[in-house]
Amino acid sequence: MKQRRSYAQVLINAPYLLWAAIFILVPLFIVAYYAFTDASGAFTMANIKELANYKQTFWISIKYALIATAITFVIAYPFAYFMSKKSAAKQQMMMLLVMLPMWMNLLIRTYSWMNILERNGIINNLLGMMGLGPWKMIGTAGAVILGMVYNYLPYMILPIYTIMSKIDNSLLEAADDLGAHSFAKLRHIIWPLSLPGVISGIAMVFVPSISTFYISQKLGGGKIMLIGDTIERQIQTAYNYNLGAAISLVLMVFVLISMAVMNRFADDDGEGGGMIV
Amino acid sequence: MKKVLALMLICVMLLCCACGGEKVSVEDLELTGTYTKDLAGTTLNVFNWGEYISDGSEGSLDVNALFEELTGIKVNYTTYDSNEAMYGKMAGGAVAYDVIIPSDYMIARMIGEDMLQPIDISKIDNYGNIDPAYHGQYFDPEDQYSVPYTVGMVGLIYNTELVEEAPTSWSAMWDERYADDILTFNNPRDAFAIAQFLIGVSLNTTDLTEWDAAAAKLKEQAPLLQGRVMDEVFNKMEGGNAALAPYYAGDFLTMYDVNEDLAFVYPAEGTNIFVDSMCIPANAQNYEAALMYINFMLEKEIATAVAEYICYASPNLAVRNNPDYSLADSEVLYPAAEDMPHTEYFHDLDPAVRSYYEKLWEEILREFAQ
Amino acid sequence: MNKFFDRFLTAAVYVFLYAPLLVMVFFSFNEGRSTSVFTGFSLRWYAELFSSSDTITALKNTLVLALLSATIATVLGTMAAVGIDGMRNKWLNSAVMTTTNIPMMNPDIVTGVSLMLLFVFVGRLMGLATSLSFITLLIAHVTFNLPYVILNVMPKLRQVDRRLPEAAMDLGCTPRQAFFKVVLPSIRSGVLAAFLMAFTLSLDDFVISYYTNGSGFQTLPLMIFSMTKKTVKPDMYALSSVIFITILLLLILVNVLQARSERDAKGAK
Repeated sequence: MKQRRSYAQVLINAPYLLWAAIFILVPLFIVAYYAFTDASGAFTMANIKELANYKQTFWISIKYALIATAITFVIAYPFAYFMSKKSAAKQQMMMLLVMLPMWMNLLIRTYSWMNILERNGIINNLLGMMGLGPWKMIGTAGAVILGMVYNYLPYMILPIYTIMSKIDNSLLEAADDLGAHSFAKLRHIIWPLSLPGVISGIAMVFVPSISTFYISQKLGGGKIMLIGDTIERQIQTAYNYNLGAAISLVLMVFVLISMAVMNRFADDDGEGGGMIV
Repeated sequence: MKKVLALMLICVMLLCCACGGEKVSVEDLELTGTYTKDLAGTTLNVFNWGEYISDGSEGSLDVNALFEELTGIKVNYTTYDSNEAMYGKMAGGAVAYDVIIPSDYMIARMIGEDMLQPIDISKIDNYGNIDPAYHGQYFDPEDQYSVPYTVGMVGLIYNTELVEEAPTSWSAMWDERYADDILTFNNPRDAFAIAQFLIGVSLNTTDLTEWDAAAAKLKEQAPLLQGRVMDEVFNKMEGGNAALAPYYAGDFLTMYDVNEDLAFVYPAEGTNIFVDSMCIPANAQNYEAALMYINFMLEKEIATAVAEYICYASPNLAVRNNPDYSLADSEVLYPAAEDMPHTEYFHDLDPAVRSYYEKLWEEILREFAQ
Repeated sequence: MNKFFDRFLTAAVYVFLYAPLLVMVFFSFNEGRSTSVFTGFSLRWYAELFSSSDTITALKNTLVLALLSATIATVLGTMAAVGIDGMRNKWLNSAVMTTTNIPMMNPDIVTGVSLMLLFVFVGRLMGLATSLSFITLLIAHVTFNLPYVILNVMPKLRQVDRRLPEAAMDLGCTPRQAFFKVVLPSIRSGVLAAFLMAFTLSLDDFVISYYTNGSGFQTLPLMIFSMTKKTVKPDMYALSSVIFITILLLLILVNVLQARSERDAKGAK
């Protein structure tokens, strides 16, 4: 019995582990190699030292990513909950409708947001009709965060929804019978059961949004500097793979640490340990 | 899901059948070059800028389709959005293209790194169409490696409704009256160039203190900027969202079509000029077909279609003399000799200088980041 | 109260998600070349849609790549999730999950360039003239899709009672049967969500695609982003609008049919 299990275990793990070793770990070593060498290939710590100049950029990126993650969570959690209470056909439809906008091109979506938020854009035109405005939206932190929330919201909704759709209704009914009110039900039943979905959602929003680029460039009017833009600029325009690699290596270490902290926090029930990291 | 996709494909196919008007065929062209079908069945990999060829939309000639019809060579056409992106992909030898279209300074860099091979001009009958003014450029003094495709200059685009008087100098971009109404380039080389013209130093200076001076000038400007933009400039200027922006002459014509309040000037201090030229990479797989393609691109009707489509100036005299060419009289694209601004090309700078100005640029971005 | 909040939130989220798409559809009907100033109604960009054969090829390429990479990533990722979930060694479990998340953590350009460098290196070892091709592009897409698949499937697996597959095996099922008959049905919605997400990501990627594809394969995002040398014309808006409206109508159709069959099923009881 035990033997059969471990045999299956190896079989099911092997292809992925091989894939991850070749296409994830080897490129990671390439990144690390560039981070610690200069243009001629000699070892140097100069790239890492250069990072001291980017403290502010790191800080802003982290701040924006945290805010965007918090906003997406606040929207996605109740949305996913309500969604999970609808009929099966409706649920499927709603899920596809959440993803559909993301099938359109990122550039076109971002340009459309620019049309909405510009000085002579749609919102300011509407405000103008009411004798208000114009408001400055494009080129502000708010616009950049809005762009992040827009692009990552579906990645928060989906995992939370798939978990909630399977929460046993009889549990909730039992709670009703025992006279629990809504908040108690949420705190003691729904929240703990939905936690794995929440953690996945946060990972899929926070992690990519910290390295956001393009959206921040366009909606931020080229005046808001995020770490993703910096890396992109170093590699693409400045052709400085070394500094670009160093920044992303440090970014990676930071994200790993924060995920570990989150998991420690989420796993205080002691079970499973290290879901994400 | 499966049903959804299947139905979607059917709809797309129906749409395809619905359109498709009469097409120009090769027989309708008056070709001056010689072409053979000897290479029929082979593939030609072309790597060009996006939206940088007449592709059959809006009633234009489908240049690549015509070339395929003429020679039987299959054109594999893909696109990039910047010299640096193109270089980044070519540098490692990851891909082999047969024809690429880099700009001047990039051609210089690629020649220096042995990434290009000489073009056998004797096999390009239409080479005589090239304006002699574009022969022997600094990046290719003996015209061995490149055949000019388009040329252009940067100018100052302004919205006549939003400026108080028509600007004539780059200093308008430092004018406090237009605070929060000024756009500039979102890349170091182009943004520095404007400051360099203004303080009167060369764009290609190797004197680092001159770069410092230009950076200081840019720092003065930074608080006045509405934004640093690239292609968003179209939407921003067309929509009247900003008063001043530097951009390319040909692109101004596109914007002017939408917003007639816009106007264009070549500032007195001078401006940056560029040439994008056709080149054959050293690792090209189909050299003969590449020669044929370059020759074809120089044909009068083909080059005219391309020039009309891109809206940039053409270095091809057959185009300039073609009575069907609608932009021949454009003073923006082809200023008269007495209006011709002082111009300077970008050179490929020494890596040390490059990383120095990149560092300065990073500093500016960081210091004025919100 | 709850009902009101439900309706309000659902409506608000969809308005938010679809506002830019409405703008997109609006400008696809523009008479002029602009995507920001509306100069008059016209269908010209729809007539232009397929005048360039490159667009159709790019659309086809994009769909093929997205379907293929999402399928491979979903199969591989689901297997991996099951494998990782079953790992008893905590340390190994953490190490594998950390590795899994790396492609998600890196900015796209880092993933793209580092994969390109890897492919070039391997290509040189194998003595190839060019190292990038459709295969490398596909590998890159599968690689960046994998963490999203695993993160979608993993929480569902944790919901499955561990005793169930064991009970099935005690009753004589092989591990394979236990997986397909017991585990898979209960994680189905997670697998579906994973596929959907992988498909979506692959459909819209351009940075990683740019650095890993060969010379002849252009996808729609690559085409659209390279247009930024000049400007993106409304024909791309028209194309996107056609795709968008078609899918939307089909979704509604499928939903109506499904709702009807659900109602019939209830009536039959």
